[in-house]
Amino acid sequence: MNASSIHSKAHLLRRVFVWELPVRVYHWLNALCILVLIGTGFIIGDPPAILSGKEASSFFWFGTVRFLHFTAAYIFFFNFAIRIYWGFVGNKYADWKNFIPTNKKYFKDMWAVLKTDIFMTAKVNHHSIGHNRLAGFIYFLTFLAFALQCLTGFGLYAATSNWWFPNLFSWVPTLFGGDFLMREVHHWAMWFFILFAVVHVYLVFYHDYVEGEGEMSSMAGGWKFIEEEKFKKSQEEDKK
Amino acid sequence: MITEPQTKKTTYFEELQERGYSRRDFMKFCTMMAAYLGLQSSGAAQVAKALETKSRLPVIWLHFQECTCCSESFIRSSHPIVADIILDKLSLDYSETLMAASGAQAEEAMQRTMKEHHGEYVLCVEGSVPYGADGVYCMIGGKTSLDILKEAAEGAKAVICWGSCASNGCVQSAKPNPTQATPIHKIIKGKPIIKVPGCPPIGEVMAGVLVHILTFGAIPELDGIGRPKAFYSKRVHDSCYRRPYYDAGLFVETFDDENAKRGYCLYKVGCKGPSTYNACGIMKWNNGTSYPIQSGHGCFGCSEEKFWDNGPIYERMPNVSGFGIESTADKVGMVALGVTAAGLAAHAVATNLRKHKIVESLIEEGKQSEQELENN
Repeated sequence: MNASSIHSKAHLLRRVFVWELPVRVYHWLNALCILVLIGTGFIIGDPPAILSGKEASSFFWFGTVRFLHFTAAYIFFFNFAIRIYWGFVGNKYADWKNFIPTNKKYFKDMWAVLKTDIFMTAKVNHHSIGHNRLAGFIYFLTFLAFALQCLTGFGLYAATSNWWFPNLFSWVPTLFGGDFLMREVHHWAMWFFILFAVVHVYLVFYHDYVEGEGEMSSMAGGWKFIEEEKFKKSQEEDKK
Repeated sequence: MITEPQTKKTTYFEELQERGYSRRDFMKFCTMMAAYLGLQSSGAAQVAKALETKSRLPVIWLHFQECTCCSESFIRSSHPIVADIILDKLSLDYSETLMAASGAQAEEAMQRTMKEHHGEYVLCVEGSVPYGADGVYCMIGGKTSLDILKEAAEGAKAVICWGSCASNGCVQSAKPNPTQATPIHKIIKGKPIIKVPGCPPIGEVMAGVLVHILTFGAIPELDGIGRPKAFYSKRVHDSCYRRPYYDAGLFVETFDDENAKRGYCLYKVGCKGPSTYNACGIMKWNNGTSYPIQSGHGCFGCSEEKFWDNGPIYERMPNVSGFGIESTADKVGMVALGVTAAGLAAHAVATNLRKHKIVESLIEEGKQSEQELENN
């Protein structure tokens, strides 16, 4: 094999710093919280059967599970709040405009992603470096699910607390006409998180495999490796 | 004609004395009521003072679509004065169940109270109002309950909805609600409405609400749904004597198991205590004797809206209609997860077919770089 044939294949890669530290911390903390919340949530919803001759006073495991659920919920909430703040002060990949469609082009780009990566009917390449438009929009939906989960969760929790913060949510049960429906909604919404997580992890594998830009490691170091050609195209698109 | 001044009317205390109650009985009652209302220790004096100085509150008590269990619960509240004072004295104006008058006389009494005490009387409603078939499902004295309610509410100072029927429609409004039974707050607007849900509500709670209005001349503090906070701000679950078993994770699995005998938590056999706001765990029933959970049966949430439609009484998760008879959120979720996994697997296969060239060129590029290193 001669040197020229190697060069014709090899890409020049650009290191682009995409995910700032707060975004990465948010991501992993969020992932951890969601895992804990789903796990403990399932247990709270349908606790395992325990037969024991011991007195109840020697157990508190269910209380501990609930404690973990509530602690994770607090971390989840404030982590989410910080991420929203970062959507206004962070870099362009963290900006809130990545998530909420503000123009027609957003939907056009979203369609392009669908054709390229989901239906795989077209070879049109979208030049997204941070979130692609479809992912951004799905994240917006997850933010709505976060909000719903925080509202219903703290709504359920409010009556058990004397602290002012959870009591900010004491109006939520009235929206649902009581705790019963609110509890149901809280349970149903959890399944959205599970389905999202499965699809999300799969697509990270997919992008890493097909694009070779270090998608998976980007959430650790913060950078992606973008081919020079794509980098330039992306630059042009930004100018438009 | 000189009308008698308001102060000349007999007060509650005077009426009680006539009935043979001692001052001691009276003070006991006042203390009990103050405690139920969650007042501080001086509250008993406030209640006593109000009952000593105020003449009786005009009340119209209407019965629509209901079973009268609210009235039954009320007259069985733990202190005899409750029934004597509040019901005998208070509801004399008009109450289908307990008034002596009947027919035209009764209707006349109601009209008179509405006219004489316009803007002062309290309207108590037991039962829901049917809208179906122009309201013929509930008619009294030739008038539909809707007309009677609207007429009576017009001059009322406040409306008290006794029980789940009046507060949220109760059983008769369960799907498909053939009579279109409607709770009071959906009909009457612009009046203070106090909901006292429960099927029935606890007698002492009912008395407490009335004593509060008597004592303070104002309606009690209400929560977002319109229930008095003093009695409906805690879940049955959070004031349950079996709560330690819940926190310990010890549950009854079936009603005939060892755990049931030991009195463990009824959470897994469908107790609705965790989503029901009521004072049952604290006040209990029948002179504080017991309440459903204490007798080994889960709470089924009778004071919550739509409790009849809110899924099975003996299971934690409700069935979901439209997904087969025995589906719950978790079963539907599992299926959705399976479908998603299958979709992803299909996508992975498709990726390797359709993106085959791209992936191959990436691999090729990598391999060539590796070669280049080795050749050096």
